[in-house]
Amino acid sequence: MSPLLLKRFTATSCIGRGAAQTLDSLIAERGGLARCVFETVDLDTHIGMVAGVDDQALPAELARFDCRNNRLAEMALREDGFEEAVREVAARLGPRRIGVFVGTSTAGILETELAYRERDPVSGALPARFDYAATHSSFSVADFLRRRLRLEGPAAVVSCACASSAKVFGTARRMIEAQLIDAALVGGVDSLCLTTLYGFHSLQLCSPSPCRPFDIERDGISIGEAAAFALLERVGGGVASGDVLLLGVGESNDAYHMSAPHPEGNGARRAMRGALSDASLDPGAIDYINLHGTGTPSNDRSESQAVTGVFGAAVPCSSTKGATGHALGASGALEAVISALTLRHGLMPGGVNTSRVDPTLTAHYLKRNRTAVLSRVLSNSFGFGGTNCSLIFGRAG
Amino acid sequence: MKIAAYIGGIGVLGPGFANWGEASTALSGRGPYEPSPTVLPPSSLLPATERRRTGRVVKLALTVASEATDRAGMAAEHLKSVFSSSGGDGQNCHEICLALATTPREISPTRFSNSVHNAAAGYWSIATGATPASTVLCAYDASFCAGLLEALVQVSVDREPVLMVAYDTEYPEPLNGKRPISDAFGAALVLTPGEEKNSSARLVATLGQALPDSMPDTRLEALRVSIPAARSLPLLRQLALGVPGRTALEYLDVARLIVEVEPCRSAS
Repeated sequence: MSPLLLKRFTATSCIGRGAAQTLDSLIAERGGLARCVFETVDLDTHIGMVAGVDDQALPAELARFDCRNNRLAEMALREDGFEEAVREVAARLGPRRIGVFVGTSTAGILETELAYRERDPVSGALPARFDYAATHSSFSVADFLRRRLRLEGPAAVVSCACASSAKVFGTARRMIEAQLIDAALVGGVDSLCLTTLYGFHSLQLCSPSPCRPFDIERDGISIGEAAAFALLERVGGGVASGDVLLLGVGESNDAYHMSAPHPEGNGARRAMRGALSDASLDPGAIDYINLHGTGTPSNDRSESQAVTGVFGAAVPCSSTKGATGHALGASGALEAVISALTLRHGLMPGGVNTSRVDPTLTAHYLKRNRTAVLSRVLSNSFGFGGTNCSLIFGRAG
Repeated sequence: MKIAAYIGGIGVLGPGFANWGEASTALSGRGPYEPSPTVLPPSSLLPATERRRTGRVVKLALTVASEATDRAGMAAEHLKSVFSSSGGDGQNCHEICLALATTPREISPTRFSNSVHNAAAGYWSIATGATPASTVLCAYDASFCAGLLEALVQVSVDREPVLMVAYDTEYPEPLNGKRPISDAFGAALVLTPGEEKNSSARLVATLGQALPDSMPDTRLEALRVSIPAARSLPLLRQLALGVPGRTALEYLDVARLIVEVEPCRSAS
C-alpha cells in the first residue's frame, strides 16, 4: 500500500484523557484498572472505567444520540485538537471527500439494557425516550460523528468484535486508494455495558484481579472502555520528521472457533505476514510489537507462538491491556494510538501488572519500559469469530 | 479509479422467494410476486450441534452466501468476504437484554458468543474453511449500500474476488416496536475483478445525488422499505431484467450509490 499520514490522533481510556495523559501513564508504568463499581454490576472483577463520562454533555442538537458510548466519543474528540484538525481538513478537501469508519462491538446497548428494566408493565413496551437508531444501532457512533463534525463522505461501522477498530484502517486505506475519498476519520469507541461484563463472565474469561497478560498466573481479561481516533490523509504534501505513517494492514480469519483462538495462532500469523507484505517489509524491520495480549491463558499462548513463528523470539513486545484493560471494539484504535506514541517518543511500554512472564511463552515480553529509537511497530487485534487484523506504523525520519 | 466488478453469482432469500431464480422471475415481471413469510432452510453447512446454537440470522446469511458461491462456481474457502447487517441476531439480543433485566443476571456463553455482529461471518468462515479477510459492517438502513460499496472497492483496489452478503431479520417485541423489520431478507453477490465463465453483468458504481429508485410493484416497494437488506431490490431488479441500465440506491442522507449495470454478452 501507499503509506498514509496520521495527520492527528487522540485516545481517551482509563489511563488518560488525550495523548499527553496517556503518554504520562505509559512512562510512569501506571495502570487504570480498579475494582468494578459500574452501574449495578455485582461481579468480582476489575475494569478500566473512564472517569467523567456520565458528566459529558453532547451538543443540544444531537441530544437524541445521548448515551455512554457517544459521550465517550465526544470526550475524546475534544482532546489533542482533534476536532479542529478534522474541521481544517474538511474545509480544505470538502466534507464529501472525508470518510468516517469507526469500530465498535456494543455501541450504546447499555441504553437498551436499561430500557428493558423500564418496560411498560402492561404492554411490555420500551420507554418512549429510548432511541434505537441513535444509541442501540452499531452505526450510531459513526452517525453521531458524521453529524457532529459535518462530514458527508462514505461511512460505516465495522463491527468485528475485538478487531473492529483495527480493521477500520483497512477500510479507509482502500477507500483512499480507490480515490473515493481523500481523508478518513477512523477510530474505535466501546463503552462499559452489562452485556460484555456478564457475557465474558459467563465464558469464565474475566479475571477477578487486574489482568496480567503473559504472566504465568494470568487468569483472564479486565474489561475496559475507550475512544480513540486518527485522521488519515495521503502523504501527498510531504511528511515532517516525527510524523507517524500507516504502512501496512493485514487481515485474516481463523476459520476455527467462535470464541477461542486457533491454538497455534495460524490466523494471527497470516494477519502479521499480510501486514508485512502490504508494507513491503521483512520481519526484521519491526522494532516493537504491541500485542493483542488479553491475559487469557489461550490467547496469550496462541499469540506468542504466532509472533515467534513470524518474527523469531528477539523482537520486544508487550500488551498495554494490563494498564488500559481490554477496550474490546475500541482496543485496535486505542493501541494504534499507543503505537503512534511509542514511535514518536521512542518508548516501548512494559506490561503493567505482569510480574513473572510465563516461561512457556517464547515471545520477548517486556515487563518494564524500555527506550529506543523506533522506526516501525506492529499492533495486533484479534476477535471473536476468529477475525484478525495487524497494523504496521512507521515514523518519518 | 473505476469502482467496478463483475457479478459471478447471486443468492437471494426473502418473503416470497426461496432463491435467485424465484426472485428474478418476480423482480423482472416474468411472473407474479406473491409475498409469503420467509422460510429459512436449515443450513447444511453446519454440523448438527452448531445448527442448534445458531439463530435465524446465521441461517439466512449462510443460505444466501452458499447460493451465490454455488452459482459463481467458486470455492468459498478462497474468497474474501464483506458481511453487512443493520442489527445482527435480534432474537438473541432480546434474550440477553431480558436476562440482564432479571435477577439473577445469567447469560449463556453461547448467547454471548452469538451476540457479536460478526457471528454470521464467523460461522461462515468456520463452516467453509474460509481464511481470507472478512469485514462486517453496519450502516443502519444503508447497510446494503455500505456493504456493496466496501466490496466493490475491495475488488477494485485489491483485484481479488469478494463475497458480499447483506442480511437482516426481525426483532421480537418490545424491540420490534422501536425498530420494525418485517421479516428476514438476505442478498449475496460474488464479485470478481475480471469477467469469468459465470459472469452475468458488470457493475460500475459512483457516489452522487439523484432521486432514489423505488420498485414499480407496490408489494415489492413495501418489501424494499420494510427490511434494510431489501434496499438492494432496485439493483436486483435491474440484474433480473438483464438489460443495461442504472439504479440509484438510497445510501446516507441525500447521497446515493449509483450503479451502472452492463449485462455480459455471453450471459443468457
